[in-house]
Amino acid sequence: MINTKSLEGSQMLEINFGPQHPSTHGVFRMNVFLEGEKICALKPVMGYLHRNHELIAENLPYAAVMAYTDRLDYFNSMANNFGYALAVEKLADIEAPERAAYLRVIMAELARIVNHLMLIGFLLNDLGAFFTPVLYAFREREKILDIFEEVSGSRMMCNYFRFGGVKRDVSAETLAAIKKIVAGFPAFLEEFEALLTENEILCMRCQNVGVLPADLAVNAGITGPVLRASGVNYDLRKVDAYGLYDRFDFKVPLGKKGDVYDRYYVRVLEMRESLKILEQALAKIPQGDILNKKALPFLKAPRNFKPAVGEAYGRIESPKGELGYYLVSDGTPQPWRYHVRAPSLINLTVLEDMCVGQKVADAIIILGSIDIVLGETDR
Amino acid sequence: MTLFGTGVLKGLIVTLKNFATSYFRKPDNGGIFTVQYPEERAKEIESFRNFPFLVYDGTPEKIRCVACGICERECPPKCIHIVMETEAGTGKPAKRPAVFEIDYGLCMNCGMCEDVCPFDSIYMDHAFEVTASDRTQELVRPKETLLKSNDYFLKIRPGTATPVDQKRRAAEEKKKTAQAAATPPKTNP
Amino acid sequence: MDLSVETVKKELETKVPGLKLRKVRDSLLIEDAKDLTRVASFLKTSPAFRLDYLSSVTGSDYLTYLESVYHLYSIEKKHGPVVLRVRAPKTTVPIPINCSTAAMGAVPATVPQQKIIAGTAKIPSLVPVYRSAELQEREVYDMFGIIFEGHPDLRRIFMWEGFEGYPLRKDYEQEDTEVLEAADIAWLDARHIAVPNELKEKAKELQAAGKRAVARKPEKPRIA
Repeated sequence: MINTKSLEGSQMLEINFGPQHPSTHGVFRMNVFLEGEKICALKPVMGYLHRNHELIAENLPYAAVMAYTDRLDYFNSMANNFGYALAVEKLADIEAPERAAYLRVIMAELARIVNHLMLIGFLLNDLGAFFTPVLYAFREREKILDIFEEVSGSRMMCNYFRFGGVKRDVSAETLAAIKKIVAGFPAFLEEFEALLTENEILCMRCQNVGVLPADLAVNAGITGPVLRASGVNYDLRKVDAYGLYDRFDFKVPLGKKGDVYDRYYVRVLEMRESLKILEQALAKIPQGDILNKKALPFLKAPRNFKPAVGEAYGRIESPKGELGYYLVSDGTPQPWRYHVRAPSLINLTVLEDMCVGQKVADAIIILGSIDIVLGETDR
Repeated sequence: MTLFGTGVLKGLIVTLKNFATSYFRKPDNGGIFTVQYPEERAKEIESFRNFPFLVYDGTPEKIRCVACGICERECPPKCIHIVMETEAGTGKPAKRPAVFEIDYGLCMNCGMCEDVCPFDSIYMDHAFEVTASDRTQELVRPKETLLKSNDYFLKIRPGTATPVDQKRRAAEEKKKTAQAAATPPKTNP
Repeated sequence: MDLSVETVKKELETKVPGLKLRKVRDSLLIEDAKDLTRVASFLKTSPAFRLDYLSSVTGSDYLTYLESVYHLYSIEKKHGPVVLRVRAPKTTVPIPINCSTAAMGAVPATVPQQKIIAGTAKIPSLVPVYRSAELQEREVYDMFGIIFEGHPDLRRIFMWEGFEGYPLRKDYEQEDTEVLEAADIAWLDARHIAVPNELKEKAKELQAAGKRAVARKPEKPRIA
């Protein structure tokens, strides 16, 4: 905390970034204390998009909350659905049938690709490479969003997962279309990397900026690509092996220094690994049911779904980090307690540590490289 | 160490190539994929869901909705309002809605009403050009504007509507044969 | 390593002296909240556990007491979770007003420095052990009013400064969406929407009593 009294007479300047600043990715606000161009202290201020998601959910039946989880991290509603479905399935002891589990993995990985594409695009926007990389990313994202619309009915607010399965089966044509996208994607990534990875301006702006040491990252509960860019090997897809992730062969890309450049590059590599998972999943997906028979009656009557008294914590590797859902059931149709462990919020813990000592322009790309979505931060 | 500036040059070649090829490549392969709305329209995807509408068979009087109120109760943002009609003479509840309103300003397009409806009556529409100059009045849609024919439903979402039609026809025939068998009149479960 | 509740309980009771633990579902309840920091530092440093990653901190309201739940995992050993919970009765305690301005050192002497808030609870903060508790404990404070002693910067995070009440508490007065108020009925009438008579009467009663429609609260805990 800054003691303003001690600043009297100094050359320190307090600047308010946001909440309407275009580079804060929404309505995020940073109170930045500057000495010249150098950042001395930084305080994140959030809550501008707060709608008390948890209170809304505690007054609704379990099934109705699924639609609200879409609105947490609106860039990858599929991942949010996945986490919530997993937590409720743990609570009520339901399992998704094989085909549904494959579909879940496919959708979650497509969502990861979409998310990383958007992150890299907007990170470059923050760097000043105005809209060329974003629009290249948009072009590819559009194809995946078309798939999402085809399977779920909506491009962004998918609401596709159900407890014990998924909402709708995917036709062979759609699977073929996904295969086509997966097959064509490496060529795009090559092009995207040729545009960016070796670009001297990008390297100079990103390398050795916003370094996050591994021990601090672990202690501060940082997860996802930000943690892995610091060289810590922790990916819930490997550790928890939820869903069907133990059946696929993929690597966990790690960074060395933990600077902005590593965070950028880890995401590029993660997209390549996602493509590997997608290829395997698309080759292996079996025919069969898409919904567990136990869960079928609750589709028409959501209020009959009353899990036994107990609690569950379901977590998944969302593209932004560990997304956890903590549920306490008291045997009624509404959860007694519903909590979202939002990676976007907790990854902001170290924002000040990364920014102090850097130039003010770097604060923007450091924030960009953490990858927050305010729908999830503020909830 | 490569020569300083080669990375930037490489990037510039990529943008130049994209600029040139965008003119003759196909839209899904790196060409210009922007659709000039409203003159042009993007391909409609069948499963697309926007706001709910009510289905009727043949004429608007033959509304499928029986005003049971399940969608009203299950709607997460509570945007549906239903009042059941009463028979003019007896005052008994008629299985028809007198009032059926959906507040489009509140609706969040989740599709829950479609999922829970036991009478195949409410479905998600494709119409997305819903504008109004008044948030409170024009966006509260009454029954008259929500009602759309089954033919329209078959046109926009044949994949969902055809099995529903088959199911309903089979149920009707079953009912007819049951009645024809002259057994004591069964009530519809 | 086996991380079942029984083994962790046995291990903790032998290694941390004077500790009282109780099994609650799949978690360990620390009877005396003051022991929380000791337990957490032991679990973090002990070579058998090495639970170096605090995944989630969250509160719950069980009407008579408030609870804080911790999910611990190990990144080094890739195991977990060990779930800890701490309970604190709802008591009336004074808390500093507007912590941030106080910390800014710019509070005029005339402003009362403390305010009595009913039904708050005190639990030691885990920030000295795990930095990841920093924003999460602020969130729990904001939503439940649990005061985390030793937190470096405990103030509201999502709600604005000066907001009264704690929204996720079960006793937080929330508007009842099933009951209409006089203003709602006037609004509906103006739009020629039929409102059932019983709702109109209820609204009249509410208006006469000068009350707002508040959602019904659970009277006793449905779960412990």
